[in-house]
Amino acid sequence: MIKLAKKDILGIQEMTTEEITLILDTAESFLEISTREIKKVPTLRGKSVINLFYEASTRTRTSFELAGKRLSADTINISASTSSVVKGETLIDTARNLEAMNPDIIVIRHSAAGAPHLLAGLVRQSIINAGDGAHEHPSQALLDMLTIREKKGKIAGLKVAIIGDIAHSRVARSNIYGLSKMGAEVVVAGPPTMLPREVDKLGVRAYTKLEEAVTDADVVMMLRIQLERERQNIFPSLREYARHYCLNRLNLGLAKKDVIVMHPGPINRGVEISPDIADDPSCSVILNQVNNGVAVRMALLYLLTGGGQ
Amino acid sequence: MKAKKTLKIVMDSDGIERCLTRIAYEILEKNKGMDELVIVGIRTGGVYLAQRLQKKISAIEGREIPLGMLDITLYRDDIAKAGKTSPPGKTDIPFDLADKKVVLVDDVLFTGRTIRAAMDALIDFGRPKMIQLAVLIDRGHRELPIRADFVGKNLPSSLWEEVSVNLYEKNGTDEVVIVEEK
Repeated sequence: MIKLAKKDILGIQEMTTEEITLILDTAESFLEISTREIKKVPTLRGKSVINLFYEASTRTRTSFELAGKRLSADTINISASTSSVVKGETLIDTARNLEAMNPDIIVIRHSAAGAPHLLAGLVRQSIINAGDGAHEHPSQALLDMLTIREKKGKIAGLKVAIIGDIAHSRVARSNIYGLSKMGAEVVVAGPPTMLPREVDKLGVRAYTKLEEAVTDADVVMMLRIQLERERQNIFPSLREYARHYCLNRLNLGLAKKDVIVMHPGPINRGVEISPDIADDPSCSVILNQVNNGVAVRMALLYLLTGGGQ
Repeated sequence: MKAKKTLKIVMDSDGIERCLTRIAYEILEKNKGMDELVIVGIRTGGVYLAQRLQKKISAIEGREIPLGMLDITLYRDDIAKAGKTSPPGKTDIPFDLADKKVVLVDDVLFTGRTIRAAMDALIDFGRPKMIQLAVLIDRGHRELPIRADFVGKNLPSSLWEEVSVNLYEKNGTDEVVIVEEK
């Protein structure tokens, strides 16, 4: 029998393929709930989930909130700008105080890598990492894998190209761990300043030309250019970046005929992906990813609150 | 999983077939035909029985009766205690339940808690006109005020016995057996 023998979901790196499969299978069953007229099941009645977000988020926070609500849990959102963080409270003090209010799960996003791991060792509650710095974003990788499995019927044996700012992307890192574990061939491409040092240690092939990575790919995953980091001088200009690394009709033609295009959002139209590709329902699965995100997060909340562990 | 010892075969393949045929006619008789009638099987055993009932009823009436399947894991009252060992199955009810007469189908009726969960789940999909219950085996020991409308066989049993319905679709053989853990 398989089960999620974990207190926390901190990253894909520590997960086994069995655990990933269990989460994806569970999420697949939850997809149907979001199509009902009454989008709610009573499973997590009386459980509380705190979303503690120290960084901006639309998709992930809304998705976790809806996931909790559709399972009948009570969800509370805390964002740094409206909390005592502005009064100077430390992360550890905030966590201890939240712990004292007895929630069941704390979902945390923080700009510092390792912040969720710090909390996991500190409080009894389950911690879900909703993105820590440039480290991991496990629920995003899981929803990406669910989307790939839904569209392609499998993950093993597929060629997945991840394009963009690999070095600063937690989405890339979690996906590289997850997709490699599930048997996909992962290649990455980006300007040399955006490739992590010792990128080969992640078990992927790295290119500096988009075309080389995209050739014969089954899945192309574009990453967001993190405009908030632009001042760190990792590329000369947006326009120059777009000329070399923007996914368009021409370079997408090098991929397999039935290629799917993914993006974790929010998209910068015309920078990393041209609008006609992003909006083309025959290849773009960007909105499927968002839909699957709710189901994956329901699965995580459900599996973590199981008793008998 | 512990090994199970078969104590007694209660019903064989022919017995199950005859029970289902009789139940199919009883459902049609009680509902005076199949207008507004739908069948919903409870995962997993109930789904196979529901599929067989669907075939029989459709054959008798000459048109297809709608069939749905229901997974009740998310509605269980012991979900916080029972460790979650396998992912919940899919629920698939491809029709509107409002004002329908629903025949719920399960293999064994025991404490009644599964049926309570199934009724809650059904009502989340709409307001059926009526819910009826068909089971292959009623083994007693109810913990909730629930009874079946159509019963294949009443099987008085002890609490330490386990009644298991093996079906061709799931186990490769059709039989109802009483087993105990070795």
